[in-house]
Amino acid sequence: MNNQLFSGTGSLSRFILRRDRIRIPIWILSFVFATVATAVAFIGLYENAQERQAIAATMENPAMMAMVGPGYGLANYTSGAMMAHQMLLMTAVVVGLMSVLLVIRHTRTDEEDGRIEMVRSLPVGRLSNVAATLLVLFLVNTVLAVLTGISLYALNIESMELEGSLLYGAALGATGMIFASLTAVCAQLSHNARSAMGLSIGILLLAYIVRAIGDVGSEAVAWLSPLGWIVRSEVYVNNIWWPVLLTVGAAIIFGALAMYLNSIRDLGAGFLPARAGKVHASPLLLSPIGLAFRLQRTGFIAWAISMYVLGASYGSVMGDMESFFADVDLMQDLLVPMEGFSLVEQFVPTLMAVMTIIATIPVLMAILKMRGEEKNDRIEHILGRAVSRNRLLGSYLLISLIASFVMISLAGLGLGTVADAVMEEGFDVAMAYQAALAYLPAVWVMVGLTVLLIGWLPKLTGFIWLYLSFSFFVIYLGSLFQLPEWVEKITPFGYVSAIPLEEFDWLQATMLTAVAILLIVVGFVGYNRRDIGS
Amino acid sequence: MTILKTAGLTKKFGDFAALDGVDIEVGKGEVYGFIGPNGSGKSTTIRVLLGILKATEGHATIFGKDVWKDAVEIHKRVAYVPGDVNLWPNLTGGEVIDLFIKLRGGNNTSRREELIRRFDLDPSKKCRTYSKGNRQKVALVAALSSDADLYILDEPTSGLDPLMERVFQECVREAKAEGKSILLSSHILSEVEQLCDKVAIIRQGKIIETGTLKELRHLTGTMLLVETKEPMPGLAEVKGVRGIVQKDGALSFQVDQEELDHVVRYVSGFGIIRMESAPPTLEELFMRHYEGTGTGGVS
Repeated sequence: MNNQLFSGTGSLSRFILRRDRIRIPIWILSFVFATVATAVAFIGLYENAQERQAIAATMENPAMMAMVGPGYGLANYTSGAMMAHQMLLMTAVVVGLMSVLLVIRHTRTDEEDGRIEMVRSLPVGRLSNVAATLLVLFLVNTVLAVLTGISLYALNIESMELEGSLLYGAALGATGMIFASLTAVCAQLSHNARSAMGLSIGILLLAYIVRAIGDVGSEAVAWLSPLGWIVRSEVYVNNIWWPVLLTVGAAIIFGALAMYLNSIRDLGAGFLPARAGKVHASPLLLSPIGLAFRLQRTGFIAWAISMYVLGASYGSVMGDMESFFADVDLMQDLLVPMEGFSLVEQFVPTLMAVMTIIATIPVLMAILKMRGEEKNDRIEHILGRAVSRNRLLGSYLLISLIASFVMISLAGLGLGTVADAVMEEGFDVAMAYQAALAYLPAVWVMVGLTVLLIGWLPKLTGFIWLYLSFSFFVIYLGSLFQLPEWVEKITPFGYVSAIPLEEFDWLQATMLTAVAILLIVVGFVGYNRRDIGS
Repeated sequence: MTILKTAGLTKKFGDFAALDGVDIEVGKGEVYGFIGPNGSGKSTTIRVLLGILKATEGHATIFGKDVWKDAVEIHKRVAYVPGDVNLWPNLTGGEVIDLFIKLRGGNNTSRREELIRRFDLDPSKKCRTYSKGNRQKVALVAALSSDADLYILDEPTSGLDPLMERVFQECVREAKAEGKSILLSSHILSEVEQLCDKVAIIRQGKIIETGTLKELRHLTGTMLLVETKEPMPGLAEVKGVRGIVQKDGALSFQVDQEELDHVVRYVSGFGIIRMESAPPTLEELFMRHYEGTGTGGVS
């Protein structure tokens, strides 16, 4: 092989590490901390074997298998087994995502922005950039594997012995490697960073779904997905190493494929045919609201699906909830039994609160998109034409309000319909939907506050995320930490009727809506008075 | 008939005055050149005129209407090309052009196709793949396909190649022939020189010179290039002579208009071999104003 193809790989690798000297440590440390924190939390949550066996019983459910992988070691569900079984796959998917983002950043994005061209004009080999990127990613994932493994072992938990801990880390690292290589292949196939990213994330999701289908249905299908391999390492129970080694082997093969493809293509070219775009706009695009929706369409649809899936996944565990609550002490502290309501019903308002606060994210993103457009100097194209500021802001507001209805409806219906399907005694779907819709006025207050910020304090719009995080903290953990009642009243989500435990309070809902309208009106006034583009 | 008029337009960002009493006036069928270097206030003026920024003081009208209060009404008859064209990466050029035409309220498809052809633009490409010049073409096609009465163009050719620049100049001349008014901000002086009837020079937010090109030239005088048999040691002391430069054995200098007769008489005394005269270029005019800062070299 021609050595010149790889000249400068070492320097480029160090350069990548230099560019990402903050980004990479943050990724690695986040995984290590999150893993350690979860392990510690599991120990605290389930104090004895009896409690762990109670949760093990819920893991036989196909919905759980689809989510976290096939159950193993359920007969003796130790803390280690529980940790690996419930957390390994989810963490691995996020490690895969890290690899996708980092690889695209250093391959196709650099190429698209013309930086690879500058590098290639230097005495640097044709394959050096891909090689350096993969080298760095393999290194990052190795460090991640070792650090995670050692940290887990250092917790000194009985069922988390050294070999299992190292295997846990290795499974994460191997997943990172295979997705780094797969992404490097995608980066050769697509013409631009965006579609390469889409393709890579698509493959990641596909791997997850294929594994889910396989785990629930046929074992053979699960073997088609690298994620299906790593969950079969049965960490902390049987400690099977070869699926992890298989993954690393596949990563090396795909890495070589990426380099081969890189060597036979021109800079800036791809292998997938570039589709010619539309020469004319569809009539649906030709208005401020049409444009505003078009710009967020993909995100909107993805969030809508995610909200339904979120609701559905909560709904899927409803059937096992009674037995689960009965056995776990902590959960009983969280929910004081109330006369006339089942435990499931008591849990509905908390679930709804969590889901609506998550659903508020796409709602706020829909209106904040306008601020992003302003920062990118694209708003002047619109306002420079015959479009008033009211019409422009109104368009984004309308999309945001539609999003609030769609996202919350899907979450509520997802929970209701799936719970109804899995519970023997059935579940009141209408009640779940009402409980979800009861949160709409609170979400509108958040929207109103965002409009107010856009109108008067455009530089501080990020504050709304802080407020939303605060709301989440207060509502979700408020009862756990026994925060005083008034703290809950600092957020609009604290004024929502807890259906089915409480009657729907029309007065409270009307007041919230009135506050939202007031904030929106004041925001519009401000937006009409201020400079654009600051 | 006045299409656009500003009076004492001032815009402050905090303590910094980006515009300090700008007065410009564009008449019907006029091409008005607005020149100045980066950061002198050209784009700020244009953004105030479009109602995107609110003037701190002063008044601006287009078609006799207030640019802030009646922005939407005004924009139905205005076409604008920003200096830095940022487009949506996931829309195609064709989609953006259609959107822009529609948002102004027009619908002139034959003109659209003609301009796409003339500017040699591929409208089926996503905007993320366009170079700066191509993004500018998208904005230009959208603006020029619309049947506006006033075109506001902010450095529209800064990314275009010379061929496309010529197409642009043709388009501007056609618009002018149809009686349209054009406000053309630029720092490419040759372009302004070829297209504009009137010119305003802006510096640090203030209009420092305004008038027709002829009037501005009159202020500056004529460039002379003279080669004589005998040397002219006393030339620098002659009244009205400025900026003497040695050029291939000849002398090049600038002469104030009112002293021309007197200077030519003086020069002829040394035996003229060669003599060329030319009006000063806009660049010389421009440099004179800008170099004047602080040194006091120019009265």
